[in-house]
Amino acid sequence: MRTFLQALLTKTQFQPVRLLTILRAVQAEFRHIPSSAVDILAEALQISRTQILAVAEFYSFLHLTPQGRYAVLFSDSITDRMLDQQNLLHYAAKRWNVAIGEVRADGMVSLHTTSCTGLCDQGPAALINGIAIANLNRPKIDLIAELIERQAPLAQWPASLFAVNDNLYKAGLLLKSSLDSGAAIRAACAHDRAEVFSELERSGLRGRGGAGFKTALKWRYCAEEVSDRHYVVCNADEGEPGTFKDRVLLNSFADQVFEGMTVCAFLIGARQGFLYLRAEYEFLHSKLEAVLERRRQAGLLGNNILNKAFDFDIEIRLGAGAYICGEESALIESLEGKPGIPRNRPPYPVSSGYLQKPTVVNNVETFLAAAQIVVRGADWFNVQGTEKSPGSKILSVSGDCLRPGIYEYPFGTPVRQILNDCGARDVLGVQVGGPSGTFISNRELGRCLAFEDLPTGGSFIVFDNSRNILQITQNFIHFFAHESCGFCTPCRVGTSLLKQQLDKIVEGHGSAGDVAELESLCRLVKQYSHCGLGQTAANPILSTLQRYPDVYQAQLKRISYEPGFDLDGALAVARRMANRDDAAAHLSQVEE
Amino acid sequence: MSGTINIDGKTVPYRDGQTIMDAAIAAGIYIPHLCHKPGFTPHGSCKLCTVKVNGRNCSACTFPAADGQVVINTSDELLQDRRRITQMLFVEGNHFCPSCEKSGNCQLQGVAYHLNMLDNHFPHFYADRRVDASHPDIMIDHNRCIFCNLCVRASREKDRKNVFDIAGRGINKRLIVNSVSGTLKDSAISVDDCAAHICPTGAILIKRSAYRLPIGQRTYDQRQISDVALSGEVEHGQD
Ligand SMILES: Cc1cc2nc3c(=O)[nH]c(=O)nc-3n(C[C@H](O)[C@H](O)[C@H](O)COP(=O)(O)O)c2cc1C
Ligand code: SF4
Ligand code: SF4
Ligand code: FES
Repeated sequence: MRTFLQALLTKTQFQPVRLLTILRAVQAEFRHIPSSAVDILAEALQISRTQILAVAEFYSFLHLTPQGRYAVLFSDSITDRMLDQQNLLHYAAKRWNVAIGEVRADGMVSLHTTSCTGLCDQGPAALINGIAIANLNRPKIDLIAELIERQAPLAQWPASLFAVNDNLYKAGLLLKSSLDSGAAIRAACAHDRAEVFSELERSGLRGRGGAGFKTALKWRYCAEEVSDRHYVVCNADEGEPGTFKDRVLLNSFADQVFEGMTVCAFLIGARQGFLYLRAEYEFLHSKLEAVLERRRQAGLLGNNILNKAFDFDIEIRLGAGAYICGEESALIESLEGKPGIPRNRPPYPVSSGYLQKPTVVNNVETFLAAAQIVVRGADWFNVQGTEKSPGSKILSVSGDCLRPGIYEYPFGTPVRQILNDCGARDVLGVQVGGPSGTFISNRELGRCLAFEDLPTGGSFIVFDNSRNILQITQNFIHFFAHESCGFCTPCRVGTSLLKQQLDKIVEGHGSAGDVAELESLCRLVKQYSHCGLGQTAANPILSTLQRYPDVYQAQLKRISYEPGFDLDGALAVARRMANRDDAAAHLSQVEE
Repeated sequence: MSGTINIDGKTVPYRDGQTIMDAAIAAGIYIPHLCHKPGFTPHGSCKLCTVKVNGRNCSACTFPAADGQVVINTSDELLQDRRRITQMLFVEGNHFCPSCEKSGNCQLQGVAYHLNMLDNHFPHFYADRRVDASHPDIMIDHNRCIFCNLCVRASREKDRKNVFDIAGRGINKRLIVNSVSGTLKDSAISVDDCAAHICPTGAILIKRSAYRLPIGQRTYDQRQISDVALSGEVEHGQD
């Protein structure tokens, strides 16, 4: 172990900020983070062992106890569930002879679920030792069973198992046009920085990660900060269930994304950039490294880029399974090798980001769009879109439709048109912007995609009339409770209470008072939480309660109060100990 | 730079770099808080100190004061919501006040008195948490930890020892101790450390000091927490 760790530490230059990278490597090698490794790392990195434990316990993909040699995580997004994930999960458990949530006795396989893996257009999906497998079905599970029994190394598994498609169905403004490598950097260098800024500003480009902050303004604020170092960070955490457009952009348009980052670096004076890649996209890692290397060879990264006397390079840092790390300040904490806990604001990252230095954090699509705008100009971009939402938006469409995949539309496009294009029929509703966004019913299909109406980071999940509103909502609420970082009280405790309260109602134990209680809890979590996760966690309940009060009502008991506590169930232990199970040993808590 | 802000109709001066909490305390205005203690880096996690600043909810302990801010600290809505947040803390852990030796000196309890909290409102989690009584002088009852991070900060910032940290995610958070065994006895903590005395609840206790002052005569049995907080936090929770 010592030699392995020494080599690893040398490779990561004994930098505590690379702790996540180091722990990921330890996990991959030993299938967990052994306690002895914690001690060695603590000493070598000169940080406390508790700091290492705090990180190891924060991220879903790191473990302090051994996982299977083949560690399997089934994606548990609503779209996976709609594609028969539950049955397949049980089938896999049977075929692989492992209980769900456990490690097989011989240590060969472990089977768990995980939050959305970003393969909603080709689910059900799973990760095996971190690598994605799409379109799971019984034959694939049988095949995997064989490979596991033969103990075949993953590298020898048939490549077809790991195929992931782009499913690009509709290319618009951005995806139709390609850029020559270096074109945007050349265009930026050919002008005065102020000119480039004002062109970007005129384009009206707003961040594509969801919140929609004006990109030019963010870059300008950052550029204006006096500091010895500035940083550019590309947010490729893409954790919002139903979103997978960044995966496709990185798979097929990575050059343009890196180009956008380089232009940003040129404008704000950064020498170092990071691509924060979610762990679920580890399968893209080597490909992206190759793109970076190619760009270095071509003089588009590194020292003295295109002989314009500016230096910039990009490092890829992988996450380790935490939705909250998509939040920009949590992402920065994670980049610094810490648990992904959102910071207090102000200060904002543009003035105090990575290592407290001015930092721009943008979405993958934002950088891609910025690169094209710099080459083609603001007018090319903002002829499309609406007044407050210029340009186009790339959407990840999934759920009940014939052609789930990637679609690009001008802002302002009505939902109905998207549904037509992707082949959705008999629509019940659409989740726009993922669980943190809005659920719209089939009476609202005339509404438009735009910051003025329906903002979205890119998630567009279609549900047809066979689906159950409450089950959808339940999946989303469980997601948030699972992904809350736990820093602040209203979200840490509140999302768990929301989950309990919703479950109580969905399982048929709710009364009228419970819905009122649920609503007031929603308001509390929304208004008092520290960051966007908590502030939007109750949205699935709020937007479905508003649209389908009858569905909730129908689920209620017709009494004024129903305890959340199962009195008779609680007596089960006592009955077992007393060895009796007669009628008198049971209690009914409510007069039937 | 300095200026004034307005809290519940009262004009309050502030100096540059002060938070709303700092300015309020200096002006004799109590804003309920648990994870904050003057002299320590603000944390902003309990959310009890939430106030409305120009119409938006902000944590007073972390939010910088700025000229002309209109701050609402006392409204029925804020009081009710703070009561709910406190209730959340009560149901998350296991707080049996009548049998807790910190009773009467506990800030969680003191805040609950102050907010007129009469029940726990929410269903209990009945969390399965342990007691670490390994140390000769100090014990931790994890059942009562509210993750305020004060012991973590105190150990780092005042004692320069780094004995504590908070690990885990979401509702599975837990306080961990910096020692190979993970227990307090093998850590660097000593009974004179600031970290051993700072806990606002009964999670970190000094052994053989319980009931030196009988229940009924303790800090918050006698005075409102608001009063204690404003007369200098040093007195908080000492027995
Ligand atoms: C809980 C949470 C998760 C987020 N996840 C992402 C994400 O996966 N990708 C992303 O670009 N932005 C995400 N964001 C938004 C980022 O905080 C940030 O606003 C964004 O990266 C800024 O980039 P933009 O200006 O290009 O949109 C998330 C925000 C929150 C609160
Ligand atoms: S709102 Fe939730 S995710 Fe955000 S800081 Fe609070 S606990 Fe963490
Ligand atoms: S032990 Fe006490 S001081 Fe430390 S985090 Fe828990 S409640 Fe706060
Ligand atoms: S005192 Fe401000 S959040 Fe806890």
